[in-house]
Amino acid sequence: MKKKFILKKNERPSLISAVLNWLLVCLFIIAAFWLSLHTIQATLDFTFVADFRIRLLKGFGMTLLLSLASFFTSLLIGVLSALGQGSRLQPLRCLCTLYVAFIRGTPLIMQIYLFFYIIGTAWGIHNRFLAGVLILSVFEGAYVSEIIRGSLLSIDSSQLEAARAVGFTPVQTIRNVILPQLAARTLPALTGQLASIIKDSSLLSMIAVIELTQTIREITATNFRLFEGYFFLGILYLCLTLPVSLASKALERRFYYEN
Amino acid sequence: MKIEFRGLVKKFEDGRTVLDSLDFADEIRTLAIIGPSGGGKSTLLRILGGLILPTAGEVWVNGAPVPSGEEQLQRYRKEIGFVFQHGGLFRHMTALENITVPLTQVHSYASQEAAQRALELLERFGLKEDIHKRPSQLSGGQQQRVAIARAIAARPKFLLLDEPTSALDPEYTSEVLDIISELKNEGMELVIVTHEMGFARHACEKAAFLSEGHLLEYGGSAELFTSPQTRQLKQFLGKLLAWNV
Repeated sequence: MKKKFILKKNERPSLISAVLNWLLVCLFIIAAFWLSLHTIQATLDFTFVADFRIRLLKGFGMTLLLSLASFFTSLLIGVLSALGQGSRLQPLRCLCTLYVAFIRGTPLIMQIYLFFYIIGTAWGIHNRFLAGVLILSVFEGAYVSEIIRGSLLSIDSSQLEAARAVGFTPVQTIRNVILPQLAARTLPALTGQLASIIKDSSLLSMIAVIELTQTIREITATNFRLFEGYFFLGILYLCLTLPVSLASKALERRFYYEN
Repeated sequence: MKIEFRGLVKKFEDGRTVLDSLDFADEIRTLAIIGPSGGGKSTLLRILGGLILPTAGEVWVNGAPVPSGEEQLQRYRKEIGFVFQHGGLFRHMTALENITVPLTQVHSYASQEAAQRALELLERFGLKEDIHKRPSQLSGGQQQRVAIARAIAARPKFLLLDEPTSALDPEYTSEVLDIISELKNEGMELVIVTHEMGFARHACEKAAFLSEGHLLEYGGSAELFTSPQTRQLKQFLGKLLAWNV
């Protein structure tokens, strides 16, 4: 019996023991949740989902769109900032270092208000979707920048020397050596970053971008089904983030030779 | 090949002088560069291979100066085979790709032609079963055999080897040295930086002793080992022999 629950060093669990353990943990969580609901004498009623399905679907689509647009824009910002931090041009280097330090050192909610109400108003960015994508991209770009910078630094100088020794031109070196090795190191982390973007996009509800969280906020403000609303919201976010996390894990295995 | 160093100096950015006005000229077929660590052996080999530029002085190979412009250097390097101590294989490529990619991209081989050449060499070096493995899946000895196969694939004018066996366990050292010796017997001209004194002595025609940036001794390798002239070489060989069986 003990063998079902405790793994030996480096042992992989058998299918039966894996299923058993997952089941047990899920049961425990459901029981704890149910007990909490019972204590506060709440009953769950999810009928609102059917009533608001169109709005929910729209919100879900908006979250997906926001996240994907921000992901690609943040990639661009991140690459530029990572290159800027390694630049020989001092002011550019300072700017990029300051950007990363400021963004990573302050909360997203503060940045959202700051950018939207001060900078956004001053520069006439009133489209909330566009503002949302820009704010989120600037925020996530700083993290992407660090992921890329770290990978660039970790490229072995012996690989670059070998590239020159076999006669590669600088462009061939980038194409044949640097980019593939960079991709192997950054893809798992970047995919994980997409999961963060999906979650962080929920904060854009603060400037009334009607994405998933804002939709639920509006619905629960009228029907007062707060528990059900946020419970359902969590499940919808998991539908997006779990596959992304699994993809990140798969990429990690695919590029295992790197380690 | 004819190698000439004229007043060669190499200083690193931290001000250290690694090579101190080196002068040398001779016609060589196989040359072993020996000497204590930090004596400038690898630096000299890299300058000869056009991988780094000297601070002052010139290198001439077969009557032509080694260029200093990046584009001419790229052309120069194409004609040389280089084998490093370790980490010389591209770790994201398989053994086969490590050979075929430079052949197709640098030497304009058609992909089928490149694959054929790579397979021929890998098979010859006993790596037929391992062609689709990445470097991390190969032993140190196998990695170096792939590296040698890559270095000679495009039929270079000569081969430069920088301590090709230093990172290897003893049992892998001989399999790599055997291959180098075989290539030499086929007429491949080479310069090797090595700590394998037996190989330097018996497999190389000439040997050069480099210590603290100076070329202290040079000559036929048999004489160099049997009758060392300088105190430094005597000391160096004495230390090596102290723990011999």
